[in-house]
Amino acid sequence: MQIFRNRKTRSVVYQVAFLAVFALVIFGAVHEATTKLAAQGMTSGFDFLQKSTGFRIGFSLIPFDPFDSYLQMLWVGFLNTIFLGILSIILANIVGLIIAVFRISSNGVLNDIGTLYIEAFRNVPLILQALFWYAALTHLPPPKQAYSLFDSIFLSARGVFVPSLNVEGQWFAAVALVLILGLAALAWFSMARRLRRVQNRPAIQIGIAGLTLATMVGILVYAREPGSDIVSVPALRGLNFRGGVTIPPELSALAIATAIYGGAYIAEVIRAGFLSVGKGQVEAARALGLSPWHVFSRVHLPLAIRAVLPTLINQYVWLFKATTLGIVVGFADFFSVISVSINQSGQTLELIAILMAGFLIMNNTLSFVLNRVNKAIALKGTQLRT
Amino acid sequence: MTAVSDMNTPSQSLNSGLQPDGLPARLRRRYFRTPGNAVISMVGMAALFYLAFHALDWAVLKAVWISPDSTSAVCRDIAGACWAVIQQRWRIIIFGLFPYDEQWRSMLACLVMVATIVLSCLPWSWRPLRLSILWCAGFLIFYVLMRGGLFGMRAVLPADWGGLTLTVFLYAAGVLIGMPMAIAMALLRRSDMPLVSRMTGALIDGVRSLPLITILFTAALIFPFVLPGWLQGDKIWRVIIGFALFFAAYQAEIIRSGIQSIPVGQEEAAKALGLSYWHRTGRIILPQAFRNALPPTINQLVITFKETSLIVIIGFFEILASGNAAYGTGEWSFAYFEVYIFVALVYFVFVFSLSRYGAYLERRMRFGQH
Repeated sequence: MQIFRNRKTRSVVYQVAFLAVFALVIFGAVHEATTKLAAQGMTSGFDFLQKSTGFRIGFSLIPFDPFDSYLQMLWVGFLNTIFLGILSIILANIVGLIIAVFRISSNGVLNDIGTLYIEAFRNVPLILQALFWYAALTHLPPPKQAYSLFDSIFLSARGVFVPSLNVEGQWFAAVALVLILGLAALAWFSMARRLRRVQNRPAIQIGIAGLTLATMVGILVYAREPGSDIVSVPALRGLNFRGGVTIPPELSALAIATAIYGGAYIAEVIRAGFLSVGKGQVEAARALGLSPWHVFSRVHLPLAIRAVLPTLINQYVWLFKATTLGIVVGFADFFSVISVSINQSGQTLELIAILMAGFLIMNNTLSFVLNRVNKAIALKGTQLRT
Repeated sequence: MTAVSDMNTPSQSLNSGLQPDGLPARLRRRYFRTPGNAVISMVGMAALFYLAFHALDWAVLKAVWISPDSTSAVCRDIAGACWAVIQQRWRIIIFGLFPYDEQWRSMLACLVMVATIVLSCLPWSWRPLRLSILWCAGFLIFYVLMRGGLFGMRAVLPADWGGLTLTVFLYAAGVLIGMPMAIAMALLRRSDMPLVSRMTGALIDGVRSLPLITILFTAALIFPFVLPGWLQGDKIWRVIIGFALFFAAYQAEIIRSGIQSIPVGQEEAAKALGLSYWHRTGRIILPQAFRNALPPTINQLVITFKETSLIVIIGFFEILASGNAAYGTGEWSFAYFEVYIFVALVYFVFVFSLSRYGAYLERRMRFGQH
C-alpha cells in the first residue's frame, strides 16, 4: 500500500482502470451485437449499398430513380443536407443582419419591431415552425388558381415555380461553381495583405470579374439544348406547371423556418458585436467627416463582424445541425434517407455508422473552413482599440 | 450638417441626466428626434397597428370560441379564428392518449413538475443539497402519479403517456440525469491524467458535433443491439439517456468555462490549506464555477426545453405530435393554424418566462461580484 501513496503511480493505475472499463464496455457491446445479429441470421457488412432501393425521392440535386443504389440515395441525402444547410445559413444571416440593424438603430419603433420579432420567433421550437410553414404552404391554392408574380413566378400547393436557365442540372452546378470561385478569387485578391502592393489593382479586379462572367455565359450557351431559349419560364399545362424550376414546399418550409428562427439568434449575436465596438472608433470616424453610411459600412460593421465572428461561427455550425428536420416534412436530407434505408434494408448498425461519420465530416469541415476565415480576417495585436 | 447635429447629441443626453424629464420628452427623444426619424417612426407604427389590428380582428373579434354540438359546423364560413378546435380537442393536446378517467393525475403531475421548476428558481433553494432533494422529490412524485400501480391508482405504462405532460417529463428527466453527468464530464475533462481528459474530450466533442436527432435515433435503435436484455429498459428511458447525454455534453463545456474563469489563486490557496481534491472541488471550485456559468446555463436550459420537441421524430406522442393529431381528423383538418398557434403559445409561456428569469439573474448577479 505504500506504493499507492505515490501520485504518479496512482495516476497510472487510475488511467489503466479507466481504459480497462472502456475496453470492457466496447468489447461487451460488440459481443452482444454479434451474437444478436447471428441469432437473427443477419449478415453485416456494406454489400447492401450496391442494391437498388426501389424508392422515389422528391427533391434531389443529382438525378435519382428507384433503380439506383443505396449508395446513390445516401449521396443524394448528403448533398441535400449540405445544400439546405448553406441556403439556411445565408438566408438566416440576411434576416439576422436586418433585425440587428433594427435593434441598434436610434429609432424607437424599429427597436420595438426588432424586439418583437426576436421574442416571437426565438421562443418557439424550430420543428414547430417548420411544420407550421409546411402546413401553410401545402394549403396554398392548387396550380390552376396559383398566385402569380409578373406571370413568371407562381405560388401553389405543389410548390413555388420560378424561371430558370434552360440547361441540365450538372451544367447549372458548373455555373454556380464558377461564380463562387470567381467571387472567392476577387475577395482574396482584394483582401490579401501580401497583394496590397500589386500595380493596376482595379484593372486586375475587372479582369477577374470579366473572366468569371465570360466563363459562365460560355457554359450556358454551350450547354443549352439546341433551339431553346436561355431562360425557361414556367407555364400552366393541364393540371401542373411545366418549365422553370420547382421549389417543393418541403424545401421552402424548412428554408423559411430556419431563416426566421436562425435569423433571430444571429441578430442577437450581431447586435452584441455592434455594441462591443469601442465608442472612440465610431466617434473618430465621424470626426474625420465620414458620412453616416461610410461610418457604418467601413468602420462599425467590419469591426463588429470581427468581434463576433467566433460566436457567429458556433451559431452557423449549430444552425447547420438544426436543419436536420427533413424527416418531419418529407424532405430527403441525410438523416431521412438513412432512416428510410434502415427501414428498408434492416442494416441498422452500418447505416448508423455512416450517419455519424457523415455528420462528423460535414460539421468538422464547416467549422474548419469558418475558423480559417476567422483567423485570416481577425485583427492582429496592435489593431485592437477601444 | 450631419456632423454638427451629431456633435449636439452628447450635450443633450448630459442635460437629460441632470433634470429627469417626463414621459412626453422621453417618447419624443425615442421616436421623433429628427424629421427623418419621425417619418420612419410613423411608417413603422402604421405597419405595426395594421398588423395588430388584423391579428386582433382575426384572433378575437371574429373568432369562434365554442362549438355547441362538438362538430366543426360552427366554424364554416367565418373570417376569424376557430378556437372551437382547442375547446374540443385540448385534452388530447395536453394529455395525449392518457386514459380519460385518470387525466387528473396527468394534470397534477404536470403541476408538481412546474412547481418544482418554479421553486428551484428561488434563491432560497440554491444549495446543492436542497436543490437535489427538491428535484428528486418532485420527479419521484411526478413519476408515481403518472405510472400509478401504487396507492390504488391504476397503472399506466409510459407508452400511453403523451402531450404536454410527456414533454415536461422528458425535460425534467433529461436535466435531472444530465446535470450530474455534465459535472462529471467537466471534471474528467479537466483532469491532469492525459488519457482520461483526452477520452472525455473526444466524447464531448463527438456528441456536440452531431445533431440531437441522430443521437436520439441512435439511442432508440442501437441500444437494443448492444445492451443485454436486462439493461435495456423501456424505449422512453433509452431516449432519455440519449437526451441527457446530449444536454450533458453542452452543459459540461459551460461548466468548464465557468471553472476556467476562476482565478488560479483560488485553487492554489485551497491546496496550500491542505484541502483534499473533493473539498477543493465541492467547496471552492464548483460553487464559483456555477455562479460564473449561470447565464449560459439558463440559456442552455431554455434551448433544451425547445429541443424536447424533436422526440416527435422517433415516434413519441409529445405535445407537437398530439397537436398534429388534434387537427388530424377530417373534422378539424382546416384548423391547423389555430392548433399550431396554441402549441406555440404553450412553448412560448415556458421558454419566455425562463429566459426573462435568466435576464433577471444576470442583472442581479452584477452586484456583489468580487
